[in-house]
Amino acid sequence: MFRPLPDSSEGPTVTVFVEGQPVEAYVGETAASVLLRHLGTARTTSISESPRAPFCMMGCCFDCLAEIDGKGSTQSCLEPVRDGMTIARQMSARKVVAR
Amino acid sequence: MAQPDHIVIGAGTVGVSLAYGLQKRGQSVCVVDGGASDFRAARANFGLVWVQGKGGNLPAYARWTAESAALWPRFRDALEQCSGIGLDYQKPGGLVFSLSEQALIDRRAVLEEIGGGALPEGVEMLDRDALQARLPDAPLGPEVAGASYGASDGHVNPLKLLAALQQGFLELGGEILWDWPVQTLRTTDDGYELTGPDGETLRAPNVIVAAGLATPGIVAPLGVDLPLRPQRGQLLVTERMAPMLPMPCSGLRQTADGTVMIGTTHEDVGLDTGTTQASGTMVAERALRILPALSGARIVRQWSGLRVLSPDGGPLYTQPEAYPGLWTVSCHSGVTLAAIHAERLAEQILAGALTGDTRHFSKDRFHVPTLA
Ligand SMILES: Cc1cc2nc3c(=O)[nH]c(=O)nc-3n(C[C@H](O)[C@H](O)[C@H](O)COP(=O)(O)OP(=O)(O)OC[C@H]3O[C@@H](n4cnc5c(N)ncnc54)[C@H](O)[C@@H]3O)c2cc1C
Ligand code: FES
Repeated sequence: MFRPLPDSSEGPTVTVFVEGQPVEAYVGETAASVLLRHLGTARTTSISESPRAPFCMMGCCFDCLAEIDGKGSTQSCLEPVRDGMTIARQMSARKVVAR
Repeated sequence: MAQPDHIVIGAGTVGVSLAYGLQKRGQSVCVVDGGASDFRAARANFGLVWVQGKGGNLPAYARWTAESAALWPRFRDALEQCSGIGLDYQKPGGLVFSLSEQALIDRRAVLEEIGGGALPEGVEMLDRDALQARLPDAPLGPEVAGASYGASDGHVNPLKLLAALQQGFLELGGEILWDWPVQTLRTTDDGYELTGPDGETLRAPNVIVAAGLATPGIVAPLGVDLPLRPQRGQLLVTERMAPMLPMPCSGLRQTADGTVMIGTTHEDVGLDTGTTQASGTMVAERALRILPALSGARIVRQWSGLRVLSPDGGPLYTQPEAYPGLWTVSCHSGVTLAAIHAERLAEQILAGALTGDTRHFSKDRFHVPTLA
């Protein structure tokens, strides 16, 4: 459903891992846009477990919460991609562990 | 509007518990509530229905609290049915953690004193292993030596409790006037007259002042002097998480939605409802010593509320002799006492006198003779 604008796919790229799969990401885009392109959603809600996708893309709605580099409840729209970044959907309520 | 039997001043948890109880007993009740900037402990509290440890200095308060906790399950059933609002009330017992062996010994001593030499009924001391066995999804921090467990303790969503009391009261035919701050309260030939905003008036033979911290100011012009003071408590709440705490703990409880509430401070700062980073850090650090896993949780909100405290922390119920039909009702722990306020206290107000344990809750207990 989502694809990059023609001019955004011209610059340098990095490799990120979306639920284990290596994929190419454009320097300057966010983990949220990678999720939109490859999986379409970011999480399911903690109680009714209904799916959510990044919506505002600017840090307001929290619908893009995902696990970024193993850290849960991260707003993926505020995380520019880095080489080697791991990105995973956050399913249902988190189980927290000591950091 | 026809003149009601009772006017209750204050639509917080305490005021509407009484209004609901009176309306259920066939009375006609009108509740008036104040302005948006009023202090409202009913909307800022921790949501514990808590018994263990209460009433060390006031045995009648320990009994009154225990009786309210015992009434709670049936009170919940009736209120949920009448209002159509679920309260998220549970009574799995509650824990108070000790962070050293000495603290655990001291905790036992405090509870044994309240129990008159033995642990009160339903209270047990748990060592670290027994405690961990009851919290299988919550690995304890290394300092936790154990906890006291009280079988009577429980918790509720305090905002749903308030909404259900207000809704239930309306369903029973009661009336609430919002944004109707009482300006003056005066006696008439056959009762009382309240003046509200824009000079509007209301009359009733009986008036119950349950306006939280504003209560003393409303009755002071009648010469009734109430010793109440504010005490600030600050709380944090986390994001929603998978279930980890199967029962409420003092200063730490996981709600039905999965958030963990972390609290709370005891600060004498007057009528200041601000929040501070120092207090947030303090309660968070204590919570992490108990449950290190919380270090992985996000805090989503911090807020504060002002407790409504009498000098000994017990309830303050007063029926001034010179003013038949006038009552003042205020307390800390209005959530815990909601059940008994709607039942026993409403009955006593109808009967016109405080009887039994409640006689110990009048302001007369604070009478100190002035030194010449
Ligand atoms: C941080 C904190 C944690 C707490 N935790 C717990 C807990 O875990 N368990 C528990 O049992 N209790 C707890 N409490 C205590 C509990 O919240 C209070 O006992 C209770 O809410 C206070 O009574 P209230 O609801 O009537 O007060 P309020 O909420 O203060 O209600 C008073 C009402 O009176 C109205 N009013 C004021 N002036 C006027 C006027 N002139 N005319 C008309 N109306 C007026 C106000 O608008 C307000 O709505 C806690 C309190 C705090 C602050
Ligand atoms: S998409 Fe709205 S906060 Fe990230």
